Amino acid sequence: MTLLTTQNRISDLFSQKSERLLNVYFTAGFPNLVDTVPILRGLQAAGVDLVEIGMPYSDPVADGETIQQSNGKALENGMSLKKLFTQLADCRQEGITVPILLMGYINPVLQFGVENFCRKCQEVGVDGVILPDLPLDLFLFDYAETFRRYGILNVHLITPQTSEARIRLIDEESEGFIYMVSSASITGSVKGVSDTMETYFKRIQAMNLRNPRLIGFGINNHETFDMASQYANGAIVGSAFIRHLDEKGISPDTIRAFVQTIRA
Amino acid sequence: MQTTIEPQTSFEVTDQGFYGHFGGAFIPEMLYPNVEELRQNYLSIIADPGFQTEFWQLLEDYVGRPTPLFLAKRLSAQIGATIYLKREDLCHTGAHKINNTIGQILVAQRLGKKRIVAETGAGQHGVATATVCALMGMECIVYMGSIDMERQKPNVDRMRMLGATVVPATSGSQTLKDATNEAMRHWINNPVDTHYIIGSVVGPHPYPDMVARFQSVISEEIRKQLFTKTGRETPDYVVACVGGGSNAAGAFFHYLNEPSVRLVAAEAAGQGVSSGHSAATTALGKPGVLHGSRTILMQTEDGQVTEPYSISAGLDYPGIGPLHAHLFESGRGDFYAITDDEALQACFELSQLEGIIPALETGHALAALAKMNLKSEDVIVVCLSGRGDKDLSTYSKYL
Ligand SMILES: Cc1ncc(COP(=O)(O)O)c(C=O)c1O
Repeated sequence: MTLLTTQNRISDLFSQKSERLLNVYFTAGFPNLVDTVPILRGLQAAGVDLVEIGMPYSDPVADGETIQQSNGKALENGMSLKKLFTQLADCRQEGITVPILLMGYINPVLQFGVENFCRKCQEVGVDGVILPDLPLDLFLFDYAETFRRYGILNVHLITPQTSEARIRLIDEESEGFIYMVSSASITGSVKGVSDTMETYFKRIQAMNLRNPRLIGFGINNHETFDMASQYANGAIVGSAFIRHLDEKGISPDTIRAFVQTIRA
Repeated sequence: MQTTIEPQTSFEVTDQGFYGHFGGAFIPEMLYPNVEELRQNYLSIIADPGFQTEFWQLLEDYVGRPTPLFLAKRLSAQIGATIYLKREDLCHTGAHKINNTIGQILVAQRLGKKRIVAETGAGQHGVATATVCALMGMECIVYMGSIDMERQKPNVDRMRMLGATVVPATSGSQTLKDATNEAMRHWINNPVDTHYIIGSVVGPHPYPDMVARFQSVISEEIRKQLFTKTGRETPDYVVACVGGGSNAAGAFFHYLNEPSVRLVAAEAAGQGVSSGHSAATTALGKPGVLHGSRTILMQTEDGQVTEPYSISAGLDYPGIGPLHAHLFESGRGDFYAITDDEALQACFELSQLEGIIPALETGHALAALAKMNLKSEDVIVVCLSGRGDKDLSTYSKYL
């Protein structure tokens, strides 16, 4: 595949740093509609390496209760893709430098229009997207060219059940990083770290993929972050941060405290 | 009764799982291995002679097929045309749903699965799934919207009596859409040993095609029975209600390529198409992606799925199967939106004209007859998808 010619903050990040990267997910418009950019700012100030902003959806099939509820609340608050792009419009001018990914489901993006979506991402300085229910073959056939034209990375997932041949294909077609789903589960599961998980992490590590890997799903504290970082370039925290926002609020100090407990 | 269930239609699904613009497999990577395993194997499993023998034997001896094609004389006189009823209500468990669950449990066994998960709206698919799980000695978990658990209580008890675990879906509108979300999440969490028996012609490819093939026995029988009774295999109209569209897909299947047969789909208009309390998908929806396929979908301008409403739990769904979206878009099918009141009235009418108490879902198909501008020489087959016992608590409010 043709590699991106334009610069991309995600690719740049991985070329500079390859260990213990922390990517934190939060839902746009949660707990309150206007909280998106303050949380983004708080995460950057706390020193996270990447930020994943959830585009709320009514039917988030790959998500557990915590993220389902944050999606529901954000929609109640009136969040939409249009509003999200408006909220993010000036963030790059106002000092946000951390790489940003948008994470969500394909239907709102289709209604927004894929080309329009990519153009907006480029305009506001979004670097990549994660769309779990947009399958690889459909992406490659219908949309890869558009994403490339606007310099937007599409991050693909692999799971413990993904075959070796398919992992090779995904590695071939990926840019930025590969999202390793830690276990057969939806987000926010508390299956804990098991031997089978470690076997899977080691198996993937031994494949020497060309892309860096971040491990997500079930990463919720210092131990799980450490363990994931042993076998990959870092990890992604989602549900645990949403719970933290819900309980402790969005002030820069509480966000910093959360990030510190993960990194510690 | 040995026969094949090969489609012979240009409405056949493509290798990628599309019917026209609709279908496909929009699934997260977590589901990819399961769906791919099914896609690679379903056709060869179904074609296998051992499968065919067991499938047809069970349809005959256990389900009670063929179901009768009944000339409804008093209803015909009232409507002013010749109406035949395809009596899927006489299937074991009381609806067409079991045609599909028999097929899928045999597929699940051949894939070496140990556990079954399913969603249900009216509870008919849940009961049909719990039934075949009991028959085959497999563990069964059924997700059902908590609102549906209330309005279809007898079916909740039936599922439990059959040994199934019924789990309330408490998210969203707490109906069929949400039960489907929960069943999919369960499948993501249990990918290796579990098979998901989807209850309609919805979901990622190959589900819509697989379910349509299992339900196609309905139109296969209609052709033979109608020929015996009238000397022709083709009626002027086939009428069925559409929730996801499995009884309709089965009733239409062997007529898809015969334009002389009009295919009529009845959707649930709830309190009225424009009332804000409706499930009339083709009237209110736009193309979108739900539960793994691109279809016509009730949604907001921002692409959020709209919460549907219908008095009938089995039609209370914001989408339709991709085959039906294609029938609608191509003009091959006629779609009618039937309100709660119209459906209820049709259920009472059928009960008192023919001595058959139909399901509320089926009432929507029956109510379409009055809107179709029928001529006296027209021959119509209505798919009587299920019996009304499960709806008695609703009916009793109007007695
Ligand atoms: C009797 C009956 N008819 C129709 C339906 C609607 O399903 P489908 O559109 O898949 O036939 C149901 C669903 O529960 C049902 O129980």
